[in-house]
Amino acid sequence: MRALKSLLTGAALVAGLAGAAQAEDKTKVGFIFVGPVGDGGWTYEHNQGRLAVEEAFGDKVETIYQESVPEGADAERAITQMALAGANLIFTTSFGYMDPTINVAAKFPNVKFEHATGYKTAPNVSNYSARFYEGRAVQGHIAGKMTKSNTIGYIASFPIPEVIRGINSAYIHAKKVNPDVQFKIIWAYTWFDPTKEADAAKALIEQGADVILQHTDSTAPQAAAKEAGNVITFGQASDMSEYAPFPRVSSIIDDWGPYYVDRTKAVMDGTWESVATWHGIGDGMVGIGEISDAVPADVKAEAEALRDALGDGSYHAFTGPLNKQDGSAWLAEGESADDGTLAGMNFYVEGIDSEIPSN
Amino acid sequence: MIRLEKRPSPSRVWAAMTPVLAVVATMIAGGFLFWMLGKDPLESIRTIFWDPLFHETFGPYSRPQLLVKAAPLILIAIGLSLGFRAGVWNIGAEGQYIMGAICGAGVGLAFFPADNPLIFPTMILAGALGGWAWAMIPGFLKVRFGTNEILVSLMLVYVAEALLASVSQGLLQNPDGMGFPGSRNFRDFPAAHNAEIFTNTGMHWGVVFAFVAVIFAYVLLTRHMLGFHVRLTGEAPRAARFAGVNPTRLVLFCLGTSGALAGMAGMFEVSGPAGQISIDFNSGYGFTAIIVAFLGRLHPIGILLAGLLMALTYIGGELAQLMLGLPAAAIQMFQGMLMFFLLAMDMLTNYRIRFSMKTA
Repeated sequence: MRALKSLLTGAALVAGLAGAAQAEDKTKVGFIFVGPVGDGGWTYEHNQGRLAVEEAFGDKVETIYQESVPEGADAERAITQMALAGANLIFTTSFGYMDPTINVAAKFPNVKFEHATGYKTAPNVSNYSARFYEGRAVQGHIAGKMTKSNTIGYIASFPIPEVIRGINSAYIHAKKVNPDVQFKIIWAYTWFDPTKEADAAKALIEQGADVILQHTDSTAPQAAAKEAGNVITFGQASDMSEYAPFPRVSSIIDDWGPYYVDRTKAVMDGTWESVATWHGIGDGMVGIGEISDAVPADVKAEAEALRDALGDGSYHAFTGPLNKQDGSAWLAEGESADDGTLAGMNFYVEGIDSEIPSN
Repeated sequence: MIRLEKRPSPSRVWAAMTPVLAVVATMIAGGFLFWMLGKDPLESIRTIFWDPLFHETFGPYSRPQLLVKAAPLILIAIGLSLGFRAGVWNIGAEGQYIMGAICGAGVGLAFFPADNPLIFPTMILAGALGGWAWAMIPGFLKVRFGTNEILVSLMLVYVAEALLASVSQGLLQNPDGMGFPGSRNFRDFPAAHNAEIFTNTGMHWGVVFAFVAVIFAYVLLTRHMLGFHVRLTGEAPRAARFAGVNPTRLVLFCLGTSGALAGMAGMFEVSGPAGQISIDFNSGYGFTAIIVAFLGRLHPIGILLAGLLMALTYIGGELAQLMLGLPAAAIQMFQGMLMFFLLAMDMLTNYRIRFSMKTA
C-alpha cells in the first residue's frame, strides 16, 4: 500500500512535470557520468555524445549532466533529481548505475532511461553497449605482428564478461598471425586509476612485454610505454592521440553520438521503446583510431581489411574452430559464437596461459 | 596596524561564532569563484543552500535526503569526537565503515532468503563488531607497542578497501549477477533491508541511531565520569593521570566506540541507501566525518548541525551542477573552503585582534 502510494505520488509529480516540459516544447536529455568530463577516456566520449545531441537538435533540446557521480547510494539521488528536474530521457553511463536506474525508473514511468553496459531492462529502461571485442580483434592482429619478444601485456580491469571477451578476442587474432605469442595479464581492479595502471604497465614491461593492451581508461600506460621507449600501446575508449604515432599505434574509440541522437529523436517522435542494443564497428559505435606510421604498411592494410570485414558482417571475431582453455570444444569449423554465450563469457579460449580470478 | 594578541584563555563566544563566520566567508569566496566561472553568484549560493530545502519541485524530495546523507556523517563524527577530545586520533573511520558494512552485509546475506525478524538486529550487531574489531587493531598496537594510531588506522583504510574489492567479486558476490562484481541487492531481501520507517521521510534505522548517538554522547560528556575523564585527558593529561584515569582503557574505549559507530554507519548504509556491497561502495563518509566533527566543535549538538549542513552542501551542490551546469570540481572546492575558513577563523578563538595607530 505504501509502495503504491509513493508510486502514485511519483507518477502524479511526473505527469505534472511532463506537462510543463511539453509546454516548453523542448526535450530535456540528462546524463549521469561516472568520472569528470575531462577524463580523456570513458566519460569524455560519453560527453562528446551529449554534445552531438545538442548539435543535432539545436534549440529543440536541452541537455543537463552531472559528473563524478559515485556508483553507490548517491547515484539513486542524482538520477531522481534529474528526473525531477524535468528530464524526458536520461542516460546513465556506467555499469554501477544499473540497480539505481531500475529503481528510479519504477517511480517515473513517463521518463525514459538508458543504461550503459548492464543487463537489466524495464518498460521504460533500455540498455546499450558496444561490441568492443571487434576492436580487440584488430588490436590483437597488429599486436601479434608487431611484437618482437612474443610477449603481449594486458592490463585488465575486472573479471567480468566484457573484459574476458576482449582478452579472448585479442588473443585469438594475435595467435592467428603469430603462433608463438604469449599473453601476460594483470588485473588492476579499477577502471580509472593512473597510479595502478602505470604500475601494472611497468610490471608487464619488466616481464618482457613489448606491446601493452589496456582495458582501463587512463593514459598512464601510454606514458609508461613512452618512457620504456620500445613498447607500443593502443588508445582505450578515446583516441589518446596525444601519444601518437608512438607508442600509441592505434585505438578503440567509443562513439556514442549516433546512438544518443537516435534515441533522443525517438523520444521526440514518441516512438521510443525499451530495447537492448549491442552495436559494433558496422553501426559505428566502435571506431578504430588511425593506425600510425609506426606500423608497417602491409600490417596496416591487413588490419584495415579485418576492420572492414568485421564492419560489413562478412567475418565474426569469434569464428571456429575454437576450443576453451581446458581443451573442450567450443566452436566447430566455420561456426560463430552466439550473443548469449558472448554476453556471459566466463572462460578463456585455448592457449591463454593464465587463470581468471575465481568468482 | 593590526596586531594579534594571545587571549589568556580561549574565547567561548568566538568558539561558538567561528563556524557561523566560516560559513559566511565560504559563501562570499564561493560566490566569487562561481562568478569567475561565469555563473550568477547569488543564484549559485541560493541553489546550494536554499533550494534543497524550499524549492517547490526538489524540496519535498531533498529534505528527507538530507537526513539520509547526514546520518552516517553524524554517527561517525560522534564517535570520532570522543577520541579527538581525549587526544586519540582515529583517522581510519573510512576503513571501519567498510568493515562494518562487510560484516553486517555478510551476516545478512548468509541467511538469504530467510524471513526472520532477528536477522536485521543481528546485522546491526555484526556491523558494530566489525568496525570495533578493525579499530581495535590500531588500539591494541598503540597500548601494547606504542605505535601511532593516526598512521595505523589510516593505512588500514586501504586494507579494508582491498578486502571490499575482494568480497564484492568473491565471497559476497551475487550468484545471479552474471559474473559482475557486487552483492545481492538488499531491496530484494526484506528481512535484511534497512527500509524507510515512514515512506518519504528519509527516516531509516541509521537516522534513528544517529540521533540516539547524539543524545548518548551529550549525556556521557556532561553527566558521566567517563565523559569527564575523556575531556580531562584531552585538556590536561597530567591532571588526568593524577585523577586516576587509566590511559590504556581510555584509548581502547575511544577507538572502540568510534570504530563501532563507524561500523554501524556502514552497515545501515549498505543495507539501505546503497543497497549492496560493491567495489566502490565507500564514498568517503569516514573522511568527511572528520570535517563534520571539527565543524561541530566536537560537541554532540554541534556535530548534529554540522552533519546536516554538510549534507546540505552535497545535495545543493548536486542541484547546482544540474540546474546551473557548475562543474563538480568547483563544488568540491567550495566544500574544501568551508574547512579552510573554519581552521583560519579558529585563530579568533585563541587570539584577539588589536587595531592600533602606533607600534607597541
